Amino acid sequence: MRRQIPLFITFFVGTLLIFSVFIPPMETWGEDFTLFFDIIAVFAFFLGGGNLMRVHFNKLTRRKQDWTYSIVTLAGFFFMLVLGLLKIGNPGGIAASVTAEGSWFQTMFNDVLNPLQSTMYALLAFFVASASYRAFRAKNREATILLVAAFIILLGRTPFGMYLTAWVPESFSVLQIPNLAIWIMNSPNLAGQRAIIIGIGLGVVSMSMRLILGIERTYLGDDSG
Amino acid sequence: MEHFALWLAAFLTLGIVSFLYKDNPWYKLCEAIFVGLSAGYWFVVLFWDNIYGKFWVGVFPLEEFDEAGREITAEPDYWLFVGAALGILMLMRLVPNIGWISRWPLAFIVGSTAGLYLINYFSSNMMRQVQGTIVPLFGAGYDASAYAIVGNIVVAVGTFAGLVYFFFSKEHRGVFGGTAKVGVFFLMLTFGASFGYTVMSRMSLLIGRMDFLLGDWLGMIK
Repeated sequence: MRRQIPLFITFFVGTLLIFSVFIPPMETWGEDFTLFFDIIAVFAFFLGGGNLMRVHFNKLTRRKQDWTYSIVTLAGFFFMLVLGLLKIGNPGGIAASVTAEGSWFQTMFNDVLNPLQSTMYALLAFFVASASYRAFRAKNREATILLVAAFIILLGRTPFGMYLTAWVPESFSVLQIPNLAIWIMNSPNLAGQRAIIIGIGLGVVSMSMRLILGIERTYLGDDSG
Repeated sequence: MEHFALWLAAFLTLGIVSFLYKDNPWYKLCEAIFVGLSAGYWFVVLFWDNIYGKFWVGVFPLEEFDEAGREITAEPDYWLFVGAALGILMLMRLVPNIGWISRWPLAFIVGSTAGLYLINYFSSNMMRQVQGTIVPLFGAGYDASAYAIVGNIVVAVGTFAGLVYFFFSKEHRGVFGGTAKVGVFFLMLTFGASFGYTVMSRMSLLIGRMDFLLGDWLGMIK
């Protein structure tokens, strides 16, 4: 029963949503189920938050390596929870949106979280540059095509790319690097993207069929839990 | 206060950048702050958007009146209790003896995602992409420019060749193998373009942070 009921739920819900597309009075069921999905997602996030606390409390009580940073993580987590759930420092009070401009919660996002997040992503520029320096070698035709395409796109989005091919006459303007970059994005890149997207579509359809028919059961995990 | 926020943002930015030298206590501190704050942020946003905004307001709608003073409050949607009940069942994972019940909401999510995606992906990822590829190569009234004609041919040939490459039920030999090879070239070009695009987006973020440090914080860029 531990496996049969979930398999039945998956089959029932999946089939129902497929049929709902073809039956007009049931057309909105997809949206209703998405609403359920959003509510369940919050409870899943409760589990995630609980897990974060468990891991860091564990680290803290056992004085594991770098346990002091766990204090910072937990303090930050609880601080945001208190600020947001109680809407402390919100100019509109409890009735206003939690992300209202000027609220302490939103100020924390703008002044602390946003700089951290964008710097974290910006840091990837260095790692990508370093990795490409080490890995990019025009060893064969395929690698050369990849390298040239990346180079043109990179140059095409900088003023240097424009400067480099500014001498190309207007009648051959497609050969100017910025225009070439646009053409690559709109034609050969689009073709490759389409092949990948159609492949993904076929994969999703077949995987959905496997899930609904109960052939794919790995999401149920094992029975030890 | 604004001055303090500026210095705090600069302190955190430099802390993250310091990782380029090596893993150090300053970076670890910033990383710990980032993890804690972002988990708390998303927890709160999801709570107010979904639990309050979608569930609570759906079951207990807020009173609303039109300009004439007539009540136009929405009808309560008690079906939302099903979602809440499934959400609570998800928490059963924390109780060892009945943890298996948490598979029910999981099965609901998997089933509804499979049902929705099967139709949506079939429509958007397959039918519309194929429709977008099969276009008159020379324009609807034979009025397309040479640039557009070449573009249309490249898209049609590239998509077909790319799909041939992904067809693994037949050995890639002869004409079929040659077409697959052309498909690989198109895919490599796509990966190169995606790579270049990603690098540039990261670069623009980096430029933004440098602009903040040198401009907003140090005032060296006016």
